[in-house]
Amino acid sequence: MEWDWNFVREIMPTLIQGVKITILATVLGSILAAIVGLAIALARRSPNRALSRSVGWFAEFIRGTPLLVQLYFIFYVLPDIGILLPPLVAGVIGLGLHYGTYTAEVYRAGIDNVPRGQWEAAKACNLSGRHTWTHIILPQAIPPMIPALANYFIAMFKETPLLSAITVLELMNQAKSVANTYYRYIEPMTLVGAFFLVISLCSVVLLRWLEHRYGRIER
Amino acid sequence: MTQWSGYLGLILQGALVTIELTLMGSVLALVMAFLAGMGRVSRFFIVRALATIYIEFFRGTSIFVQLFWAYFVLPFAGLSLTPLQAGVLALGLNVGAYAAEVVRGAILSVGREQYEACTALNLGRWQGMRHVILPQALLVMLPTFGNNAIELLKATSVVSLISLADLTFQAQVVRSQTGSTLMPFVSVLVIYFGLALIISWGIRSLERRMARGLDGVRA
Repeated sequence: MEWDWNFVREIMPTLIQGVKITILATVLGSILAAIVGLAIALARRSPNRALSRSVGWFAEFIRGTPLLVQLYFIFYVLPDIGILLPPLVAGVIGLGLHYGTYTAEVYRAGIDNVPRGQWEAAKACNLSGRHTWTHIILPQAIPPMIPALANYFIAMFKETPLLSAITVLELMNQAKSVANTYYRYIEPMTLVGAFFLVISLCSVVLLRWLEHRYGRIER
Repeated sequence: MTQWSGYLGLILQGALVTIELTLMGSVLALVMAFLAGMGRVSRFFIVRALATIYIEFFRGTSIFVQLFWAYFVLPFAGLSLTPLQAGVLALGLNVGAYAAEVVRGAILSVGREQYEACTALNLGRWQGMRHVILPQALLVMLPTFGNNAIELLKATSVVSLISLADLTFQAQVVRSQTGSTLMPFVSVLVIYFGLALIISWGIRSLERRMARGLDGVRA
């Protein structure tokens, strides 16, 4: 079987539909992962031992198990206890939770890197706990970790094809469905691969720039 | 209750396939990691270029796409693979690309004076690599290799989508046969987590064992 450009032109609109969903899932998943990660990182530093321990174990468990099974879990088990989610929402929650446990480590490292003196200065200025976090610690901790966070968002982007397993009509699922309709696998599969390759090569450039822009802490 | 044990047997069978895939994939990944990682620090431009292309390609496209490509597109090129072969190939090549960067980083992290000492002792490039550089670099690689192996274990779940009867696949079988969702997915998640714990424990003890006698060498 040979490469057929006419076929490529024919299936392009369908694939582009899938690309939109892929990008949507990545963006929403990244936002959720950024929030979940921060929440986990803060919970693990909480003085309440029970909270920090259980959150720590939960994060460890999520990180040690495959995203695909977690997606199945959200998609199949939750409806049984009365939570019915549309596939895309289930997928975004799965991506966000899974990568949230990774970004939590990035936040942890970022927060640990804020010098001790800043905490002491905040205390000396009589700032409350919340104000210390929002005005002193986080503004200094977050910029240096932007490249590492972006790295995980790119990794998440490459995992979005898994959403096809829970019937989200993203790029991979569209490609599979056209492939099954016409029984031609070469073009759709190769195009999906090429799409991911192009985006990740571009993201390498973006990462370099981010590292250059935010990687160092200005003093 | 007898029924439940029968289904548990099914899931354990899946666990065996998952373990088999993880082991074989890890071996291929290890071989590729050393080939490509050492290729990247080669003297010859062409070797460096080939290694870079391999690494960028396999890190750039997602494991899912590579697996589907290996399973559905390669047969059209005249190379038919069983699901197990396609799974091992895709997993090994993908994780190998990530691990190759670890190998490169570890080799470069060995101090300059060690290379100079090799020259002073009149060791050839290969001899120096074999007796001086690699024994030190290996210790640096190990922890990250452990993470890579866990990533590989988690990635094996995608092979269920090309009809290989691994842990995730069996969970789906049990789900569709019993209609119960919580039991299969929770037991599968626990098994994956247990395997991940075993890997990290194994790597830690290997690390302790290899660090023996290197106390004075590494800072």
